[in-house]
Amino acid sequence: MPTSKAPALAIDARRLTKMYAAGRGKEPVRALGGLTLAVQCGQVFGLLGPNGAGKSTTVRILATLARQDGGEALVDGLDVRRDPGAVRRRIGLVPQRSCSDPVATGRENLVLAGRLQGLGGRDARRRADELLERFGFSEDGGRQAKTYSGGMARKLDVAIGLVHRPSVLFLDEPTTGLDPQARSEMWREIERLAAQERMTVLLTTHYLDEADHLAERLAIIDHGRVVTEGTPDELKRELAGDTVAVDLDDSDAAPIVAQHISTIDGLSGITTEGRTVRARAVHGARAVPLVLARLEQAGIPVASATVSRPSLDDVYLAHAGRTFEGATR
Amino acid sequence: MTALAVHSGHLTMRSVRALVRNPAYLLITLVQPVMWLFLFGQLFKNVVDIPGFGTPGTSYLEFLTPGVVAMTALFSAAWAGTVYIDDMGRGVMDRLLASPVSRGAMMNATLLYQSITCIVQTAVVVALAYAAGARFAGGVRGVALMFVAAVLLTLVFAALSNAVALLVRQQEALIGISQLLSLPLSFLSSAMIDTRLSPGWIQTVARYNPMDWAVVVSREALSASPDWGALWPRLGALAGLALVMGWLATRAFTAYQRSS
Repeated sequence: MPTSKAPALAIDARRLTKMYAAGRGKEPVRALGGLTLAVQCGQVFGLLGPNGAGKSTTVRILATLARQDGGEALVDGLDVRRDPGAVRRRIGLVPQRSCSDPVATGRENLVLAGRLQGLGGRDARRRADELLERFGFSEDGGRQAKTYSGGMARKLDVAIGLVHRPSVLFLDEPTTGLDPQARSEMWREIERLAAQERMTVLLTTHYLDEADHLAERLAIIDHGRVVTEGTPDELKRELAGDTVAVDLDDSDAAPIVAQHISTIDGLSGITTEGRTVRARAVHGARAVPLVLARLEQAGIPVASATVSRPSLDDVYLAHAGRTFEGATR
Repeated sequence: MTALAVHSGHLTMRSVRALVRNPAYLLITLVQPVMWLFLFGQLFKNVVDIPGFGTPGTSYLEFLTPGVVAMTALFSAAWAGTVYIDDMGRGVMDRLLASPVSRGAMMNATLLYQSITCIVQTAVVVALAYAAGARFAGGVRGVALMFVAAVLLTLVFAALSNAVALLVRQQEALIGISQLLSLPLSFLSSAMIDTRLSPGWIQTVARYNPMDWAVVVSREALSASPDWGALWPRLGALAGLALVMGWLATRAFTAYQRSS
């Protein structure tokens, strides 16, 4: 057997396209429109985007569940379309929906997953105990999974995905539907995972703070394309200056306000959404009095004005042309 | 090949474990056969007196037992696909499809599991009929052949149900299609009535009805002097059809994945 050099890229997807039939008489829906993605080995990589942006479709293609219409994708150096069997042995998938068997106990779920991944009986049992202890539910391992809380059930899903020590783990929206405490616990687990197991993790999320917190690098996806990519800090640094946001009493006034303030020096990238007008400012604290004075002059009442350092939301806004919240709604 | 066997075994055990934890399910599936056997059986008790019905000297309970065995197998098997739909609803189906488990193993496992429940159900039906006074001249060999026919019938319709589940992916649609199929197939067979007394067209349809094949195989096997010429071709056709359906149903995974 030739000793192949470990590929530098754990995931190498190029110009992926995918259409879905929308039903009879309807135009097919474009889920991916030439998505390109490169993930280094051992990285926690975030795919951030609103629902319907193409995150799950990307994961489904990389995990061999769906076939792309065009483009190619390599996982751990293996072509997902030509060699799905080999890819499946190297990946772990934690789907969006819970993937445990509710009638089986936590331990049985893990042992079964281990056996299906090719571990022997003793190895599967040892690995199950190891994972139960690691995720902090050794004592609950004997209970049926249907009795687990939302957070525990999700941890069990992740444990099932880890049973065979995959080199690439796909976490599809790992914290959607979890309460804040369970969410922060899950974050801690994922951080520990990244530190200890040296595996590549591809994480999809529609939570900005989750991507910011967990991902070493992230790609923002919109309408089936990567609109920008980098470390969270890089992405925020690219946006020089601050964000100035003005909330109005009345959404009708927003376009007028945008026009009024467009002539102020040092303001750029003005966008409106509902009752809020946002702009990029080289120096936020200096821009706000100018904005307020201008609006006062025009006789437009202002509910509030805020200045903030760039967030991922601003990054999204700058690249997708709308706020993340607006796109998710 | 060994991976296929190992995976099939583990996935079958998963379902068996669920059944053992929730045996009420098995009891519920036995309510219907008990009603057929004892209520319907009583209602039509005297039908055997019609000249030309069955073999002289056979009670209606004895005539009906292989019919009820086949009906129980058919009705349970028609529900087989609900397991897949549950798995699709959760992320289980996706997880398995993205693992080294083959589609063949996933199909085998549900078919094996259905066969196991069919054997338990058939055993209960036979025991109840025996307790109620039914006696089978075909003896152990006859009863064994009836089990084989019931399992083959189960394989045919469980595979069909799985294929429908993979194509329609909706519990309601699957149940609707199953109902639409199971009752007419039972009525267009000799499960309850000797088709020699039925209109000609029913006899013609029954000749091509796998449900009737299973009933005829069982009834002949249980009789004192089986008509092997009627039994073996039908048993062979059932086995062949089970293989074809199992293969087609495994192919249905491709259609499922293409559209997901």
